[in-house]
Amino acid sequence: MASFLLNRLIQSVILLALVSVIGFAVLHLAPGGPLSQFALIPGMTQEQLAHIAHEMGLDRPLPLQYWEWVSRLVTGDWGHSYRDNQPVLAIISGRLPATFELMLTAIALAVLLGVTVGVLGAVRRGSIFDSLATVGAMVALSIPTFWFGLIVIYIFAVKLGWLPAGSRSTVGDGSFSDYFRHLIAPAVVLALVEVAIWSRYMRGAMLDVISQDFIRTARAKGLSEKSVMLRHAFRNALLPMIELAGLELPTLLGGALVTETVFTWPGMGRLFLDSLGYRDYPVVMGILMVSAVLVLIGSLFADILSAAADPRIRL
Amino acid sequence: MGAPEIATAVLDVRNLSVAFATHTGPVAAVHDVSFTVAPGETLALVGESGSGKSVTSLAVMRLTPPAPRTRLDGQALFRSRDGTVRDLLAVPERAMRALRGNEIAMIFQEPMTSLNPVQRVGDQIAEAVMTHRPVGRREALDRAEHLLARVGISDARRRLAAFPHHLSGGMRQRVMIAMALACDPALLIADEPTTALDVTVQAQILELLQDLQRETGMAIVFITHNLGVVAEIADRVMVMYAGRIVEQGEVGPVMRAPLMPYTQGLLRAVPTLTVSDGFVPLTSIPGTVPSPTALPPGCAFEPRCPYALPGLCDATTPPLDDAFDGQQVRCLRWDAVAALEARP
Repeated sequence: MASFLLNRLIQSVILLALVSVIGFAVLHLAPGGPLSQFALIPGMTQEQLAHIAHEMGLDRPLPLQYWEWVSRLVTGDWGHSYRDNQPVLAIISGRLPATFELMLTAIALAVLLGVTVGVLGAVRRGSIFDSLATVGAMVALSIPTFWFGLIVIYIFAVKLGWLPAGSRSTVGDGSFSDYFRHLIAPAVVLALVEVAIWSRYMRGAMLDVISQDFIRTARAKGLSEKSVMLRHAFRNALLPMIELAGLELPTLLGGALVTETVFTWPGMGRLFLDSLGYRDYPVVMGILMVSAVLVLIGSLFADILSAAADPRIRL
Repeated sequence: MGAPEIATAVLDVRNLSVAFATHTGPVAAVHDVSFTVAPGETLALVGESGSGKSVTSLAVMRLTPPAPRTRLDGQALFRSRDGTVRDLLAVPERAMRALRGNEIAMIFQEPMTSLNPVQRVGDQIAEAVMTHRPVGRREALDRAEHLLARVGISDARRRLAAFPHHLSGGMRQRVMIAMALACDPALLIADEPTTALDVTVQAQILELLQDLQRETGMAIVFITHNLGVVAEIADRVMVMYAGRIVEQGEVGPVMRAPLMPYTQGLLRAVPTLTVSDGFVPLTSIPGTVPSPTALPPGCAFEPRCPYALPGLCDATTPPLDDAFDGQQVRCLRWDAVAALEARP
């Protein structure tokens, strides 16, 4: 276990270094730059722009810029936003709770619904329910998230008026029910693709297990079909799903980007797109690193959980 | 339906047929099979893959896919501990569950995959006990420990906590046997229980089953394709080919003087170690078992049979004939074949 953790730590450091180099390079390769914001200010001269660039360190060679950014990053100084000069770490940590709220709700929905639909589909293979779930999953997977989000807003906010059209809460109303009402639509939209993925994988895992010999053994013991399915099949089918949960975290982060933008959700995803538009390099790089760390932690948790759930796996 | 008479037998299968529904219509996997097993007796079911021997046993356990995917015909009369006789093919599912693992138990070919990989073996055995007996987990685990010790696993208390992957193939098969014995079954169906094991382990498992049978008086239906095992363990033998019984009788006569050309071929295909005067070529039966979807007309074995007579064997489906001493054979020419075989 200790050597496993040490190994993972070393791997993670290497991975984070790679992510930072590639992210930094791609970001600076993209056309435009933070200076174009200042260029819009009336009366701005070339000399002044060059001076600002020098102040921001943008006139130095790229590897040197990277080195300066990284060496400050590891000491905990993530730099300041080009837009409002706020510390990057403070900006991101201010946005994290909203993103976690949305993502955890979506994960809970996806796991609960996806697992249920998948298990029922496998147990009643070939039934009308199974066919509907299969078609439904295909449809859900092919609907673009932004489009589905807009449709949900149009129907439930604009036409029916049941739900708010966006943001996390009504200004001046901090009640739980207000937060909850705001959460429903974006969480459902974000969860949709995940429900589809989870139900398909769960159905597959379940069918895989049901055809195995020990299920026949369980039946030969005289267990009821319900016990066979729950105690023997379901328990084993869940094992690959733990790995899937670790792998699905990046997808979810990507989905949050779009969903947060559509629902003007004040989370990290929207901050990322906004900052990207401004070429706010320090914030974009900060979010990139936080996301990478989240994904690494997610997969580490998945591995530890797998080992805890499956006696055949030893870390 | 009054209580049918099944004399002393614990299981009396009458005219069992099993057909699976496929896209192209029903396919008969087992056709008109009848046999009995008495308490304390071992019946060996022999045949190649696809002969219907496993399907026969699964049908008796009602573990074939449910209707309408499978169609079961005939009767499987089973005598319960309390003396009542019931048709296993007709009892409701709930009553069948009460018998499975309780009065009729089954062990399987693959000990590697027949145990739940994420459940401790003690719990897997205890589960079988608790399903049929009004006992708590503690008591069931005590019983599991006793059973593990009984099937020859040392340090049984500690092994209760083992997971299947901690155990060798032979040990796992012992665990399977312990599980099957959980409720003292009257009938044990063993579907190729030694096929996946090393030869030395095979012998140990066979010996264990014989010991347990002597002790408990349970009947055993032993499915195998290994004729050496048949000679070792069986009292009577039933040879199946293409879903039908082709020969059955006491193990001695059938193994010494098989009447059905198919059984003769099977016996010749057994490698022997007692050759002293050089190399004896191993004979095989030419061809393969016909698919149940494309059975030849007449005798199913006719295309592979060295004694087949054109115009007779490929035209008439042979009945199961009574030969002598209770030996039965499904061959139109068995007496002619016996005469030919008797000549050196």
